[in-house]
Parts: sequence; structure tokens; C-alpha cells
Amino acid sequence: MSAYVLRRVAAAVVVLLAAFTVTFAVLYLLPSDPASIMLDAGTGGGGVDPAQAEALRERLGLDQSPAEQYVAALGRTATGDLGTSISSGAPVATLIAQALPETAKLAGFALLLAVAGGAGLASLATWTRSPRLRGLLLALPPLGVAVPTFWVGLVLLQLLSFRLPVFPAVGNQGFASLVLPAVTLAVPLSATIAQVLAQGMRAAWGAAYVETALAKGATRTRVQLRHVTRNAALPSLTLLGVLVGNLLAGAVVVETVFSRQGFGRLVQAAVTTQDIPVVLGLVLVAALVFVVVNLLVDLAYPLLDPRTAVTSYARSL
Amino acid sequence: MSLLGTRPADVVGARRASAVLPASPGPVSTGTTSTGASSAGAARTTSLRARPGTGPATGRLARARRHPLARPGALVALLVVTVVVAWALVPTAFTSADPITGVPADNLLPPSAAHWFGTDHLGRDLFARTVHGTGLSLQAAAVAIVIALGAGSLLGLVAGFVGGRVDDVLMRLTDVLLAIPGLLLSLAVVTVLGFGTLKVAIAVGVASVATFARVMRAEVLRVRSATYVEAARLAGARRGSVVVRHVVPNAAGPVLALATIELGTVVLAVSALSFLGFGAIPPTPEWGSLVAEGRNYLATAWWYSTLPGLVVAVVVLSAGRLGRAFERGGRTAR
Repeated sequence: MSAYVLRRVAAAVVVLLAAFTVTFAVLYLLPSDPASIMLDAGTGGGGVDPAQAEALRERLGLDQSPAEQYVAALGRTATGDLGTSISSGAPVATLIAQALPETAKLAGFALLLAVAGGAGLASLATWTRSPRLRGLLLALPPLGVAVPTFWVGLVLLQLLSFRLPVFPAVGNQGFASLVLPAVTLAVPLSATIAQVLAQGMRAAWGAAYVETALAKGATRTRVQLRHVTRNAALPSLTLLGVLVGNLLAGAVVVETVFSRQGFGRLVQAAVTTQDIPVVLGLVLVAALVFVVVNLLVDLAYPLLDPRTAVTSYARSL
Repeated sequence: MSLLGTRPADVVGARRASAVLPASPGPVSTGTTSTGASSAGAARTTSLRARPGTGPATGRLARARRHPLARPGALVALLVVTVVVAWALVPTAFTSADPITGVPADNLLPPSAAHWFGTDHLGRDLFARTVHGTGLSLQAAAVAIVIALGAGSLLGLVAGFVGGRVDDVLMRLTDVLLAIPGLLLSLAVVTVLGFGTLKVAIAVGVASVATFARVMRAEVLRVRSATYVEAARLAGARRGSVVVRHVVPNAAGPVLALATIELGTVVLAVSALSFLGFGAIPPTPEWGSLVAEGRNYLATAWWYSTLPGLVVAVVVLSAGRLGRAFERGGRTAR
């Protein structure tokens, strides 16, 4: 078991290291001049003074070879130093630490809504015996995936903030300001969960144990809750890492629409001002969240499903 | 024909799962094998049900009618996509209004017979702006798909055909790309390249490379072990000609089906980046930026961002519907 844990942790660290490398390569090694980009953005596109660019290049270590830059950046990042923002001069780690709690609240609530909505829809669609209701329910997930998140947010704002002033339109104050952004963020997510879960549940309904349970006199509701949901839910757990990553990406759009402070707004602002160190830090944090969630899922899996515990034990031999 | 008919059902299942869910590392395979088996079972029952009706009178026509593309939903989707492509090609055939300069006196008019989508704060016709914005938006999506399809297929082909260490390295690379949320990866690329429709298109394409590489590799692995590839090699064909003449044509189908499915996702990603303000420069209309411009007029002009956004939603929904029909059609035809 401990060998399995060690192996998973090592794999997670490797993915994280690779994510850093890829992002660094994109941001620093693509044929562009970060120093000019930063200066140009700083002066509002008013031209770049060559001497100034040279000074900045030296200050940022951009005059060194790519390999030297990479090693230096990696060393700093490993100690938790993500560099300083070009536009504000603040440490990137501080900026991210300030932004994350608000986004964590938003993402947590959205995940809750998405799981409840997606699981509810999938359960109802596979439980019902009315083909019409099933068809109607199963037509919803493709719709949820197709509507642009920013558009859903704007329509909700229009209906529930401006037409009927139920929720505040902007800001981070209180629970009421969290509802619309979380619902917006949850729409595509719940659609994905519903699609995957409905597929698994349909397969489970055809399984022999379901037939046995029904033959022994269990009601459809009992079979749905006791047998189908438990068997179908487990494989969908692997979705969690992808979903949390999507939540962070979705926050970029949602926080912009609802003018909320947080991770997503920081991303939007950093890209707008072409603040490369901040973008690197933000992408790295997103990859870290993805890797950690996946690691937790991997570690929890054998505890939840004894069958995989056997195979992972066999793999570690 | 018979050779392909006997291929294991779980290949189909795995491919479908990977199309829905590009990054699913870990033990999700238990679920996918069972869905693959059930979809194969469903195909069997439909063919059984079809048999009593097939008399001598029903032939090609009946088969055409049973094709997934012939369902009403798919036909509507096809119509939507056709109209939108026509908007992109000849916008002036659909609207005579000027998308760039408006009539200031006519600002913020609600939808009417004269202005189907209403007008914006400068008195420009929003329908005209939506139609004229289609070209740029679809061009960006097409460029993104071409990049993702080209680079992804090449990576997948090399990984699947060469195998061994090369395969390991390339697949770990796609793992990493999938570990970074697509939109964030696109934003990182935009940060470096700068703003504009083409740059947004490249950024979105780069973010989808990994998905295509995965599917292409899976298909190449399937085809590589097929009897006809073995036969060609035994007959003395060179590696290059085996790849070009046998592997690529037989692996291409699912990858192209993925391209149609991904089209909707790519349109969404492009319009999201455009909405965030990284696309075309303001007076030029683009789907995402049109919706963004309406943000300041939500309380007074509901049509401003709602109707252009609705167009995006309908197009993405239709593209997804078509993609699934193509995929299903490809599978039943084989």
C-alpha cells in the first residue's frame, strides 16, 4: 500500500514538473521578446526604449541562455517564490494567495450544484420508465455543454438582477452574490457529469445484479439508490480532477461577467497586461490543483472500491 | 468488412469515452468497456428489428432513411450549419445594413422587421454585425481545428506507429497538456503571441492538440495490428508506404469525427477568448466581442448581448449534433 502511495505521489510530482516546463517553454521560449512585451504593455503601446528594454532584460535574467533561465526559475519556484508581477510589482505568490479563497468559495459551491444537478438528472433519466421524460432529460446535457458560459451568465444577470432584482449583479458581498456565478459555472459541469453518469447508470441497469434485486422484489427506486448509483458513481470519481480544472478555467469567464475578485479575474488581468510571471504562476497553480485532486482520487479509490485495491496491489508487486 | 466487424467492442467504447472526456487517467476503463459492450448490443438489436421490414422493395433508399444523418434533429442541425457557413461566405447576401457605421438616431432599438436583432448603442444593426462577424469567428475556429488536427494527428501517428520510448515520451507530454485546463493554456499562448483573431485561433488550436493525439494514437494502435497491415508488410511494402496507404486512411475516420465534435468546443473557446477581449480590435464584429459589447446595456437593451449569444449557442449545439451523427454514421457504415 505505501509503495502504491509513493508511486502515485512521485507520478504527481513528475506531472507538475512537466507542466512547469511546458508553460515556461510557451511563455519564455516562443519567438517573442518578453521584455518588450512587458514594456510595451506598461507604456500603453507607446513604443519601447531599447536601453530600457536592455535594463529590464538584465533585471529579469532574460539575457541569460534559456537553460540558465529555466534552472533559475525552477529553483525559485521550488522554494515557493513565483517571482514578482510586472504591472503591480507585488509578489505573484501573494497575489494568488489573496485571490484563491474567493474562487475556492465559488468553485466549491458550483461543484456542489453541478454534482447534485448532474447526478439528479442522470438518476431520474435512467430511473423513469417514461421514454418521453427520459428523452427530454437526456436532451438537456448536450444543451448545457453547447451554451456559452458568458452568455448564460449575462442572461441570468438580465433576468434575476435587472428584471427581477433577486440577486446582486456584481461583487463579492455575501452568499447572495455567489448564487448566480455558481449557477453559471455549474451549467456546463453538471451537463458533463450527467452525460458520463447516465451512461454508467444505463450500463448498470442492464447488469445481472439489478435483475437479481428486482427479482427479489426490490422497487425501482431502491435498486436505483442502492445498486445502480453506487456502482455507476465510482468510475465517475475519476472525472473530479478534470472538473476542478474546468472550474478554474470557467472562473476566468464567470468572474469577468460578474465582476468578482478572484483567480479568474487575476488571470484575465494578467493576460490583458501581458504580465508573464503572473500568468506562469496562475497556470502552475491550476496544474497543481489538478494534480492534487487526481492524486487524492487515486488514493481514495482503493478504499472505496476493494476490487481496484487488489489490482493496484498486484501492480506494485 | 468482416474483419472490421469483429473488432473488439471496447475500442469503440474507449474512443467514445475519450471524445467526451479527453483527460480520464486512471481506472475509468471499467465503465467504458461496459458501455462499449452495451452500444454494440444496441446495434445488434436495431439490425434485428430492421430485418422483418426489409423486403425486396426497400433498398438504398430505406438504408439512407435509417442513416443517423436523416433524423429530423440532424437535418435541422445541418440546415443551421449550412446557413451559418453561407453567412460567413457571402454576408452581404443576407443583410444590406452596414456592420461598422450605424445611424446614431436609431440607437438601441428593440428587434423589429427592419432590425431583426435590434440595434446597438451606436445605431448599428445587430443582425448585420452578427452575420458579418460570422466570417472571422468561423475562420478562427477552422484555423484552430486545422492546427489541432494536423499537429495532434502527427503526434499520435508517430507515437502509435513508432511505439516504445517515443510513444512513452509523447503520451506523457499529452498527459501534461491535459493537466492544464484548455482555456488557461490558450490564455498563456495569447499572453505571448498578443491579441487578435488569428492569435486566438492558434492558441485554441494548441490547447486541443493533446485530444487529437490521443485519439489518433488509439486508432493507429488498432490499425497497426490489423491483418491487412501485417499482409502489406509481409508482401514487402516499405514502412512509409504502409503508413500512408494503410494506416492513415483507416485511422482517419474517428479522428475526423472528433474534428466535427470538437468544432463546437472550439467555437465556444474562440468566442470566450473574444468575449474576454483578446480577439478582433473593436469596430470589427466577432461573436464573442458582440456579446461583450452588450454587457453595459443589459438593463436597458436585452437583445444586445442575448441574440448574438443565442446564435453562438445554436451553432455550437448544431455542430455537436452533426458531429455525433457523423460518428454514429461512420460506425454503422463500416
